[in-house]
Amino acid sequence: MFTIFVLNICSLFMSPRPSRLRKISNPPVISGFRPYGNKNIKGKVEAVFLHFEEYEALRLCDYEMLNHHQASVLMNVSRPTLTRIYARARQKIAEALVKGSQISIEGGKIYFDSEWFLCSSCGCYFNNPEKQVEIKECPLCKSTSFSVYAENNNNEEEEEEEEEEE
Amino acid sequence: MKVAITSTGNNLESKLDLRFGRCGYFIIYDTETKGMEFIPNPNKDATEGAGPASVQLVASKGAKKVVSGEFGFKVKSIFDSLQIQLIVLKDNEKKISDIIELLNHENLN
Repeated sequence: MFTIFVLNICSLFMSPRPSRLRKISNPPVISGFRPYGNKNIKGKVEAVFLHFEEYEALRLCDYEMLNHHQASVLMNVSRPTLTRIYARARQKIAEALVKGSQISIEGGKIYFDSEWFLCSSCGCYFNNPEKQVEIKECPLCKSTSFSVYAENNNNEEEEEEEEEEE
Repeated sequence: MKVAITSTGNNLESKLDLRFGRCGYFIIYDTETKGMEFIPNPNKDATEGAGPASVQLVASKGAKKVVSGEFGFKVKSIFDSLQIQLIVLKDNEKKISDIIELLNHENLN
């Protein structure tokens, strides 16, 4: 009796657990796709918004050919969650193909795996302490020309330097 | 917003210190009031734990960004939990005045 009472109270006053942030290791190189040759479609077709997490799930499962469990570990979510994200990605892409609508890759609850960014105008590296917030500009010179700094590249560079020193 | 900069000396012409924990001076620069404060680093000659102690100092001054040449792994995790942004400049020829100019430049745009 008491449990039912507690559950009722909880469902009234508590919001559900917020979803986990999905980890993106490779952000897409483009921001979307545009259809061409749509002669039969009149008027403007609404764009399909493919979330970053859906893009990443699609990339891991269909491009890297990983299974859902491996992909879910890489994205730091559970396997059933990854399957849902993946299903949503396919559904959206199919919709875009059938309707001839533009695909725009944006949004989603994500954080980037690479924690460091490199500003190309002042040459500084910086990180993002608040993973939920997207970085829009360099914190030092406010330029918008910065790129995700992959730590793998760093190691390669260091290795090269070491080799040169030898 | 306050920005902490590590410096080798206590004037604007001194250069950026590439070490964080054992830098000579910390400069706390306020981007709104343009005020700055020079703090000699008490942990300069510490044998151990200079990084975490310096983090405490910087965090107690309310800095939200830290500019330095390098951060150790101990320091980085503490800054992450304090949500302070790290900015790494691997250019030891940069003067403090140059960095402050860069920081001011952002406010104009």
